[in-house]
Amino acid sequence: MKAWESWGRYPQVEQQAHTLVWRTDGLPSKDGSVLPHGLGRSYGDSCLNAGGTLLLTSGLDRFIAFDPATGVVRCEAGVSLDTILRLAAPRGWFLPVTPGTKFVTVGGAIANDVHGKNHHRGGTFGRFVRRFELLRSDGSRRVCAPDENPDWYGATIGGLGLTGLVTWAEVQLKPISNPYVLQETVPFGNLDGFLEVARASEKDYEFTMAWVDCLARGKKLGRGLLYRGNFAPPQFDGLPLAKSHLSHGVGLAVPMDMPAFCLNRLSVSAFNWLYYHRQNGKPKQRLTHYDPFFYPLDAIYAWNRIYGRRGFLQFQCVVPYSTARDALKEILERSSRGGLPSFLSVLKTFGDIPSPGWLSFPREGVTLAMDFANRGEKTWKLVEDLDRLTRQAGGAVYPAKDARMSPENFAAYFPQRERFMPYVDPSFSSSFWRRVNPVSLPFSLAAERGASAAPPPQSLLAIR
Amino acid sequence: MKKVLVLGATSAIAQATVRLLAARGASLYLTGRNAANLEAVTKDAATRGSAKVESQVVDLNDFNSHEGLVEAAYTALGGLDGVVLAHGVLGDQAEAQRSWEATEAVLRTNFLSAVSLLTVLANRFEAQKAGTLVVISSVAGDRGRQSNYVYGASKGALNVFLQGLRNRLAKSNVAVVTVKPGFVDTPMTAHLPKNKLFASPEKVARGLLSAADARKNEVYVPGIWAIIMLIIRTIPETVFKRMKL
Ligand SMILES: Cc1cc2nc3c(=O)[nH]c(=O)nc-3n(C[C@H](O)[C@H](O)[C@H](O)COP(=O)(O)OP(=O)(O)OC[C@H]3O[C@@H](n4cnc5c(N)ncnc54)[C@H](O)[C@@H]3O)c2cc1C
Repeated sequence: MKAWESWGRYPQVEQQAHTLVWRTDGLPSKDGSVLPHGLGRSYGDSCLNAGGTLLLTSGLDRFIAFDPATGVVRCEAGVSLDTILRLAAPRGWFLPVTPGTKFVTVGGAIANDVHGKNHHRGGTFGRFVRRFELLRSDGSRRVCAPDENPDWYGATIGGLGLTGLVTWAEVQLKPISNPYVLQETVPFGNLDGFLEVARASEKDYEFTMAWVDCLARGKKLGRGLLYRGNFAPPQFDGLPLAKSHLSHGVGLAVPMDMPAFCLNRLSVSAFNWLYYHRQNGKPKQRLTHYDPFFYPLDAIYAWNRIYGRRGFLQFQCVVPYSTARDALKEILERSSRGGLPSFLSVLKTFGDIPSPGWLSFPREGVTLAMDFANRGEKTWKLVEDLDRLTRQAGGAVYPAKDARMSPENFAAYFPQRERFMPYVDPSFSSSFWRRVNPVSLPFSLAAERGASAAPPPQSLLAIR
Repeated sequence: MKKVLVLGATSAIAQATVRLLAARGASLYLTGRNAANLEAVTKDAATRGSAKVESQVVDLNDFNSHEGLVEAAYTALGGLDGVVLAHGVLGDQAEAQRSWEATEAVLRTNFLSAVSLLTVLANRFEAQKAGTLVVISSVAGDRGRQSNYVYGASKGALNVFLQGLRNRLAKSNVAVVTVKPGFVDTPMTAHLPKNKLFASPEKVARGLLSAADARKNEVYVPGIWAIIMLIIRTIPETVFKRMKL
């Protein structure tokens, strides 16, 4: 047994690992439960399996086919999005949906049904998964597609790795004429400003997302910069690529765990102030390579180490438009008051395109992601409050970024949980799954949902 | 190397090498024992940009198949200018000490089958006066140690054979490259605890190909092993035989 951590570096758990090598091999017979594991870019415990075994998919990294005429790529589940881009981008194809890091696997992208900056146009990653093979612990293999084993397809997309192992998948890419993005940065003075410019941008821009200054308060609460862009049209073809654009990230690295004092209220607020003001309040346009546009954080390898040994908690919620303004105001106010303010906070809008995945997180509304250095009780109390505010607003919290949501909240956020249950493989489990599904739930789900405005009966601090 | 025969293409180092060759657009002829695994590697290479990939399921311990295999590779690719010989087994030292059969199996796969194949290939390359023969050996062949001297002996014998072959083929413009990886993080070593000396198959593959491109003679990959093995080789035998290595 060895100590493992995910991207947020919290929690650290003891578990075994088994490396998968060939997609035709069976699953190992192990005592206890197993859980597929991609590149561990989930923040909390949904990609960990304390006391059990992780099925490392790093060996399942082969391509099976790529058709440059149609942009359909078929590959094993451990192939990373980075690897796909290296193959496809020079041939004029791009990922239909990509998260903010390219160091995630196809299997991980399916299991969390990841979203990108184009949710309002494209929906989630799962919508572009044409088919995949699901291997269960009973040895059965199913090809799943919208019209073939559709229930397994719906359960596995966003299914948190619990329905079995995805061995390979087929994904529809989308055409681009060159690797450039025409980007515009628009400052907004507060939350209302964000909602206005974000909605207005959706019509003409495929990609939108905003950075928010988490320390601004009062009238400036929720101020920030909105980034919007589209892939550049053919007139930009053939531009010489800057060297930095060919390195595909991983330029700098954080060499060691940073001591806790480097990140404090002062340094975070200085960073936020400078970041906001380097714009001088005016919109700015530029042509950029897709790498820095989509994956700015990938340029600093292992940036999670700036949070030190104790790690950090991510919090990403989505709230419907009807409640968004008030709920986000409260959430931002609460987080700027309590604990250490979030270093990087991101706001974005989700459109109404439904996902085929039953447990998929994205839904129409506004999503806010923040990370908080783990300072113990204080931080936990804060995030617990944010959870409550999200639930009162009829929203949901993203399991891929969570290490602490309560069973009650999980059930409230994911009403399709009941339908999903029978599809969980009896040999598969995760730390997250056991946490949000204690053996017997101490409450009636139906009653809970009716009374969702009430705070959770059990303190998270008690169950963690 | 534009038209390359890869023997034992499903091994981790070979797979990583195949990917690099594929990305360069090389034509490949791949062999492996397991049909499904070989197909997975073949399709991966084809997708990653190989001009042409063909494969053949073959157990290289069947020496009678070697002539036909080389002939098939020549026909399929319209000639050959490179070979990566990557098949091999680690064996079990304790088992080998108990049984000659187990020892013989290691020697057959790692040494005899390689010699048989290289005999056919060397003659072809000598006649065409061109080509690069890359053979994956091991640092274990540099000095016999109690923990794995049977495997080490198979690689040590191979190293001497390759030296001779290199000497013979130098005048025919044929390069013979002996690649000596140290610890590599592969399924073959999955059961061993890992330390900083373990290199990834990708890293070894890059070292292998740059040695092939430069037509080097013997290379350690990663390079640090040149120093480690220099030290290990210089320890006097009277001291060495008492060490627990
Ligand atoms: C810097 C950064 C930015 C991010 N930005 C976004 C974003 O914009 N949008 C977004 O949605 N997410 C985002 N994420 C989260 C990330 O995209 C997801 O957590 C993703 O699922 C991680 O993939 P992974 O391959 O690392 O999988 P892991 O984190 O290792 O595992 C994730 C889940 O996938 C399951 N899984 C993995 N492989 C398989 C398989 N073969 N079969 C079945 N199940 C499998 C695991 O069991 C687990 O439940 C970001 C993460 C980081 C670090």
